[in-house]
Amino acid sequence: MGILDKEFTESNIVITKIDDLMNWARLSSLWQMTFGLACCAIEMMATSASHYDFDRFGVIPRPSPRQADIIIISGTVTLKMALRIKRLYEQMPEPKYIISMGSCANCGGPYWNHGYHVLKGVDRIIPVDVYVPGCPPRPEALLEGLLKLQEKIRNQSLVKKTG
Amino acid sequence: MTAKEILEIIKEKFPEEQFELKENIGGEILIVPAKILRDLCLFLRDDERLAFDVLMNLSGLDLADGEKKKLEDGTIEIVGGHLATVYHLHSMKFNHKLTLKVLLPRENPVVPSVERVWRAADWHEREAYDLLGIIFEGHHNLKRILLPEDWEGYPLRKDYKVQEFYQGMKVPY
Amino acid sequence: MAELKTDQIVLNMGPQHPSTHGVLRLEVVLDGEVVVDVKPHIGYLHRCFEKHAEAMTYPQVIPYTDRMDYLASMYMNFGYVEAVERLMNIEVPERVKYIRVIMGELQRIASHLVAVGTFGIDIGAFTPFLYCFRDRERILDLFEMTCGARLLYNYMWIGGLSHDLPPQFIPKLKSFLKDFRKSLKELNDLLSYNKIFIDRTANIGVLPADTAINYGCTGPVLRGSGVNWDLRKNDPYSIYDRFDFEVCVGKGEMGTVGDCWDRYMVRVREMEQSCRIIEQAIEQIPDGDVTSAIPKRVKPPVGEIYFRVESPKGELGYHIVSDGSLNPFRVKVRAPSFVNLQILPIISRGHLVADIIANLGSLDIVLGEIDR
Repeated sequence: MGILDKEFTESNIVITKIDDLMNWARLSSLWQMTFGLACCAIEMMATSASHYDFDRFGVIPRPSPRQADIIIISGTVTLKMALRIKRLYEQMPEPKYIISMGSCANCGGPYWNHGYHVLKGVDRIIPVDVYVPGCPPRPEALLEGLLKLQEKIRNQSLVKKTG
Repeated sequence: MTAKEILEIIKEKFPEEQFELKENIGGEILIVPAKILRDLCLFLRDDERLAFDVLMNLSGLDLADGEKKKLEDGTIEIVGGHLATVYHLHSMKFNHKLTLKVLLPRENPVVPSVERVWRAADWHEREAYDLLGIIFEGHHNLKRILLPEDWEGYPLRKDYKVQEFYQGMKVPY
Repeated sequence: MAELKTDQIVLNMGPQHPSTHGVLRLEVVLDGEVVVDVKPHIGYLHRCFEKHAEAMTYPQVIPYTDRMDYLASMYMNFGYVEAVERLMNIEVPERVKYIRVIMGELQRIASHLVAVGTFGIDIGAFTPFLYCFRDRERILDLFEMTCGARLLYNYMWIGGLSHDLPPQFIPKLKSFLKDFRKSLKELNDLLSYNKIFIDRTANIGVLPADTAINYGCTGPVLRGSGVNWDLRKNDPYSIYDRFDFEVCVGKGEMGTVGDCWDRYMVRVREMEQSCRIIEQAIEQIPDGDVTSAIPKRVKPPVGEIYFRVESPKGELGYHIVSDGSLNPFRVKVRAPSFVNLQILPIISRGHLVADIIANLGSLDIVLGEIDR
């Protein structure tokens, strides 16, 4: 790893930017809130099980939104559920990230045409960072979505550019 | 027992009522009037020769056989005609089945509830009320079950129009 | 000391909860720690299946039936396709019937593995969940080899199947069945006869047989209460009458008849019986073409039919009304979990809060088919 391999050749001092250090800490231990809605939730459970193993990326399921960094919206968002998702999103502390998993959460999925009770895409109520397509996406696709999110976090900065 | 034999037994008990046995690919359908439904179902469950102790399914149906009027914005509205409820009964003891159908007027779809006869009908009747607007008289808790409490309209009717916004969220694509 | 005046509290187990198997909201009225009443609220996953079915053609409805009970999608396909074939009076080739039974029973094993694994997690045992999912991955490999999908298959079509079995399917299936029996023994040693598990589930949530029949419960919930009723034997469909297997019934070995342990054990024993059915089907399967009877246009005559199959969760029924056109007029799905969930208030009264979780896990519900 880029930060640690200087530690043992020079005199136990690691020099890095604060931005890199904070981003590295954030992306290595993204705790997810257990939020499975429909069929994609089963693929998310299979990703956490031993065959595809989410835990090696530092992702642990936490039941409460107050202790979570990331929420994976897996499954169809209905209008009745949308109000609750907004409330859960507001309960998560900053910094928080959202992965929209599956076709239904991205854009309404197979129910886009005649679904009178389906919200056509979760980005109508909360801002999404990464979209993972598929119906349902394979566990490898979800892992790639997580890696893309880690890349996005790696490029974040604590300083807001003005002007 | 075949449907005709069951109809003979029912006619002995309810001699003044009108029943109609319709032919159908999936088995004959017995059309019964709405007002005797609860007494008929109690009789079907308790009589020793019939013993229909299981309600397999209860569906609501929009027959859409009224007059279709075209409105100014291009959509249609159906006036007159019927809604229907269909009951599929089964006996575990004698292994015979029966299908009942009740026709209801579209403007006032009221039918007695069979919730006290078979408790399985409880949520099925709430769902038929929720999606089609059929009112079940005598049900202890007839509220919406699948859609939110403040939803307007009955979606499974053939002339249902999707609403534009629900609590600030845009519904159509 | 004077008696304290107590009052009841309403606790909300909201739609987001790790143990509710999906988006189910339970409103629990408590007197201290003892449950007085439970009111389930559903509808958080209502995806308008019945409205879609009226707008699509008959073959286009099949992927939507997959998504209702997503843990047993082969069986949802099976029920719908058999119902339409009876309406149109189509006779499928023998090979198709045998493959449908093999896929259906493999799907039953996969669905029961998830039920047993998540039941273990609800009670607090994490390891059986990983073991069950490991075995389930092997079944999903078999499905992926045949039709390309892991979870939602769209495999059974009206009049046949979408793909034939590839040549390496049967050898891989035989080796899976040999290893699976060892896994079942491991699961029994780890979970079923574990003292803590028995203490948490025996004598909890007792369901008497006549209440179960009046409320319309079916599947392992009904068989756990001692009623010997399985649609594969009592009202056979497809070719199930050619196979020799037992119907597993709860006998109250660890407590009363009809408690959570009985319902759980019925599922474990059914997995063993499914292995027997698959082995017999592999020996008898003939050759043939799986796509020869698929019609070009599916246009059933006017009429209606109610057809039911024994899905892993219970009796799955399809009420299809046809008006002679290319689209169905009405499709109503009688979902087993929808009817089974009504029993939750009855079996939870008088128990503690943690027992509601055990009861819910033993009923094995899937919110996709409850809300449709």
